[in-house]
Amino acid sequence: MNPTQAAARVAMPLAPSDPHVTDPEPTPRQKAVIRNVDFFYDNFQALKNISLPLHDKRVTAFIGPSGCGKSTLLRILNRIYQLYPGQRATGEVLVDGENILSPGLDLNLLRARIGMVFQKPTPFPMSIYDNIAFGIRLYERLPHSELDDRVESALRRAALWDEVKDKLRQSGLSLSGGQQQRLCIARAVAVQPEILLLDEPASALDPLSTQRIEELIAELKADYCIAIVTHNMQQAARSSDYTAFMYIGELIEFDETERIFTHPKEKHTEDYITGRFG
Amino acid sequence: MDLYARRRIANGVVMTLSVAATAFGLLWLVLVLWTLLENGVAAITPALFSQMTPPPGSAGGLLNAIFGSVVITLIATLIGTPTGILAGTFLAEYSRGSRFGEVVRFINDILLSAPSIIVGLFVYEVMVVRMGHFSAWAGAVALAIIVVPVVVRTTEDMLNLVPNALREAASALGAPKWKVIVMVSYRAAIQGMVTGVMLAVARIAGETAPLLFTALNNQFWSTDLNAPMANLPVVIFQFAMSPYADWQTLAWGGALLITITVLFLNIGARMLASWSTFKQ
Repeated sequence: MNPTQAAARVAMPLAPSDPHVTDPEPTPRQKAVIRNVDFFYDNFQALKNISLPLHDKRVTAFIGPSGCGKSTLLRILNRIYQLYPGQRATGEVLVDGENILSPGLDLNLLRARIGMVFQKPTPFPMSIYDNIAFGIRLYERLPHSELDDRVESALRRAALWDEVKDKLRQSGLSLSGGQQQRLCIARAVAVQPEILLLDEPASALDPLSTQRIEELIAELKADYCIAIVTHNMQQAARSSDYTAFMYIGELIEFDETERIFTHPKEKHTEDYITGRFG
Repeated sequence: MDLYARRRIANGVVMTLSVAATAFGLLWLVLVLWTLLENGVAAITPALFSQMTPPPGSAGGLLNAIFGSVVITLIATLIGTPTGILAGTFLAEYSRGSRFGEVVRFINDILLSAPSIIVGLFVYEVMVVRMGHFSAWAGAVALAIIVVPVVVRTTEDMLNLVPNALREAASALGAPKWKVIVMVSYRAAIQGMVTGVMLAVARIAGETAPLLFTALNNQFWSTDLNAPMANLPVVIFQFAMSPYADWQTLAWGGALLITITVLFLNIGARMLASWSTFKQ
């Protein structure tokens, strides 16, 4: 080690670990455990007896043809489905051992812990700064300077800071689609959630923006448990550690991504990832 | 005759009829505006804005009536707008798909098209008879009842245009429902909601029937809300029906004044609406 490198080491003891070096801890902790979950839209059963774990500091991808229930499963994890009457889930989802499907749970507190980014960018009709500060202000009273810092660090994490730092007071709607989606990721990250749910976050974006989002996911997984729904097989293969293949409301196979894409156990999975159906 | 020629003739007939119908409608509108301008412009003088309504045969203006109209309209808007916005919020955000919401929406639609004279009679029975006299308050309440259904309707329509994805995104951050509504839904719908309020104001600016039964009229300057108050529509009604030429001229002036005000309110509402679509 030359002196400059040594100095750098000493100067930045808290620098985040390189996200491209996998396995900061050898066996990842199970952050959430989904156990025997069924889901109903009124009388239609959309999910049948789903069980799988979500690991901390790992990316779990959900793949499968349209209508297979992968987005539905994601929407159970922060109970956003409860905005609509007639939708209900049964079974258990344990987050750090606590069942988040239990009826008495405070949904707002739950959703503050579990962030979500949607398919279409959804910037709020307010300034870029306020888009980020909105979530922070909900649960924390911070002095101005500290709030500024939090907004900046969230925008930096989402790789958006350099593009917007001179126009924080402009409307969030003035950004391009890819920027809007990164703004939404920054907004979700700013409240420091424990789990990050991404519902096809790149499907409405061009290839370049998609690449940036994927790089972002790779960086964010150093700190979060990430679940991502995607239609894009390559994206699942590239950016996830675990993959769940779903088909008509059932979990067909769940395994490490590498194994799913090289040696799937189920014929069904193999047919899907090789493009023979779906 | 071949098919193509027949279609061309049919097309020509339909187009001619449509253009003729449009021209027929526009003709009356232009005539009304023209008559109004022809007779009203002469009455728009400084005296119109600085003197009280005169007795027959002497000079005067419409100051007390203009003041009364502004005050009554303002109070009606202040009562009707919050009520209408909150009720519209209930319909759009809280009662989606519920039976009760359907009933409220239906009743609101009836109220929206209710003849204003019935509103006037209702307030006459409820307020004027019980208080024992006509008053500006009663006039303001009658106009507020006309404002409410308009604002309810536009607020609900505008909130329904706010994509659910936006509400989900705010809820997903852990925002309680009232905060989602106030901070996100309202912000997304604000231009449309303001437009609705402006249209409601335009609507009540020229309402005469409800005021005849409630605020009545006052020949003199009065700021007492518990007493009858002069207002443009009733003064126009009274002066236009009179045999006196100077009263008739004042009525033309007042009518032109209301028309111009309503015109500008409508233009303002349109500008707000197009500005919002441009922004999004």
